[in-house]
Amino acid sequence: MRGRTLLGVAVAVVIGGYLTTRFVSHGYFYFASYVILQYIMLATAWNILGGYTGYVNFGSAAFFAVGAYTSIVLIKAFKAYFIFLALAGGLASALLGLGIGYLTLRLRGVFFSIATLALAVVLQTAVINWGYVGGARGIYILRARSVPFFSSYTEFLFFMMVVFAVLSVAAAWWIENSWVGRGLAAIRDNEEAAECMGVPTLKLKLFATTVSGFFMGLAGAPFPYYVTYVEPSSAFNLDYAVNSLAMPMIGGTTSWAGPVVGAILLGAAQQIATVTISSAWNLLIVGVVLVAFVILAPEGLVGLALRLARKRGA
Amino acid sequence: MANKLVVKNVEAGYGSVRVLHGVSVEVAEGETVVLLGANGNGKSTLIKCIMGMVRPEAGEIYLERDGQRVDLVGRAPEEVVNLGITLVPEGRRLFPKLTVEENLLLGAYRPDARRAIGSNIEFCYKAFPILEERRRQLAGSMSGGEQQMLAVARALMSAPRILLVDEPSVGLAPIFVSRVIAKIKELKERYNLTVLMAEQNFNQAVKIADRGYIIVHGQIEFEGKDAQALAGHELVKKYYLGV
Repeated sequence: MRGRTLLGVAVAVVIGGYLTTRFVSHGYFYFASYVILQYIMLATAWNILGGYTGYVNFGSAAFFAVGAYTSIVLIKAFKAYFIFLALAGGLASALLGLGIGYLTLRLRGVFFSIATLALAVVLQTAVINWGYVGGARGIYILRARSVPFFSSYTEFLFFMMVVFAVLSVAAAWWIENSWVGRGLAAIRDNEEAAECMGVPTLKLKLFATTVSGFFMGLAGAPFPYYVTYVEPSSAFNLDYAVNSLAMPMIGGTTSWAGPVVGAILLGAAQQIATVTISSAWNLLIVGVVLVAFVILAPEGLVGLALRLARKRGA
Repeated sequence: MANKLVVKNVEAGYGSVRVLHGVSVEVAEGETVVLLGANGNGKSTLIKCIMGMVRPEAGEIYLERDGQRVDLVGRAPEEVVNLGITLVPEGRRLFPKLTVEENLLLGAYRPDARRAIGSNIEFCYKAFPILEERRRQLAGSMSGGEQQMLAVARALMSAPRILLVDEPSVGLAPIFVSRVIAKIKELKERYNLTVLMAEQNFNQAVKIADRGYIIVHGQIEFEGKDAQALAGHELVKKYYLGV
């Protein structure tokens, strides 16, 4: 029953997203919304591995950039349709997740995190030296002049990001409420015990790295069309790694709602700061808010709200 | 369904350290067999070999089920659990930040057990009323004895045929040790479980043992055909009674 309600909400959000493109024509609105939707996806994807499973990934930027550069290759080589780019970007990143998972998941705790950090550095160096995708100079991507049903390509991109964000949140919701999620929680709490109880720990961890990678790649695939000029330092930007970790921590890591709340609040705060002060302040804001939350509300906003509700109920 | 667990000439260790030197143990259907020995003699390693958490370098481990042989060596722990063998691990290994009920649900992770989850959880609450009272409490916030009860209950949630119990007395006050041991005996009798229990507390273990083995430095030094034979053996006197 609850699932059906949420399905209704998901459909409503998608329809609402389309209607928005009919009525809103302000360019900046789409710019800001795109960034926030992108962060909803990254934060949700990060949380599947970091929040549910307890494996902290510092390399979100690598997964995001693999999605972006996969679509650059496909645009250059085949002028592929948008939906194929998006799927391919997601799948390439999912494969990366699977591979990294297989190689590193025997490393627990902080060692896994260091490995993911190294991954971002290695991949960025590789892309800088790969001339076909522009290397260090970067590359320009031309958008299609028109898309059916939409009055501009920006609006089309916005709508697609609404759909993708809804998909990633739905996936997180499903995982959370299934035996998969229960198994992931067991791994997070005590991996050895999970193994004793017959939880297939390796398979579940690989599932988590793969799904997490898929949605990060899916978030990155439309990026070349969004910015129309991609260079390694923008695709591998530190912002992605930091935000995709900070947003779930601030929103709350134990439920699907946490990353969504965190991404909307922090993403909006960063947009406001960019407009009113300077974009250079973005990471500083994240840092300060994160420190405050770690001290004051370690369970995030959602955890805090639940605790207050419980207190009132009791 | 007749089940017999057979361990034959198993050698195992960690890295270059050999812990087990040709250990053979048998547990027949419905028996309670204890594995006695002081710390560091290989009891836990043997249990981990059976569960598939440590891979033996040599030897065989298999189930005899209705005349058919089911090899356990080379199987992942989840496959071993799926065959109806469940471990109550040493030091309890609960999920401390999950609630009592979530811990119990995780015990039923194997597909066969998920189907009977409703009746099994009811049964666990009947067997351990304290757990029902505390179902919403975090497992890590309970006392040691309660946690051990939860560890046993969680293992029962997988509806095992064979229950492996590793050092249930560790870290418990003597009164709780007796209670846990008595509970294992009670459950065993009621559900016709087969039990293999590793324990260093001889006086407690022998209360429920049908027979047992004494393991010293990774070798079976003595096989007691019944509790009396164990109690009378000189190794037991040497280790536990100080004579």
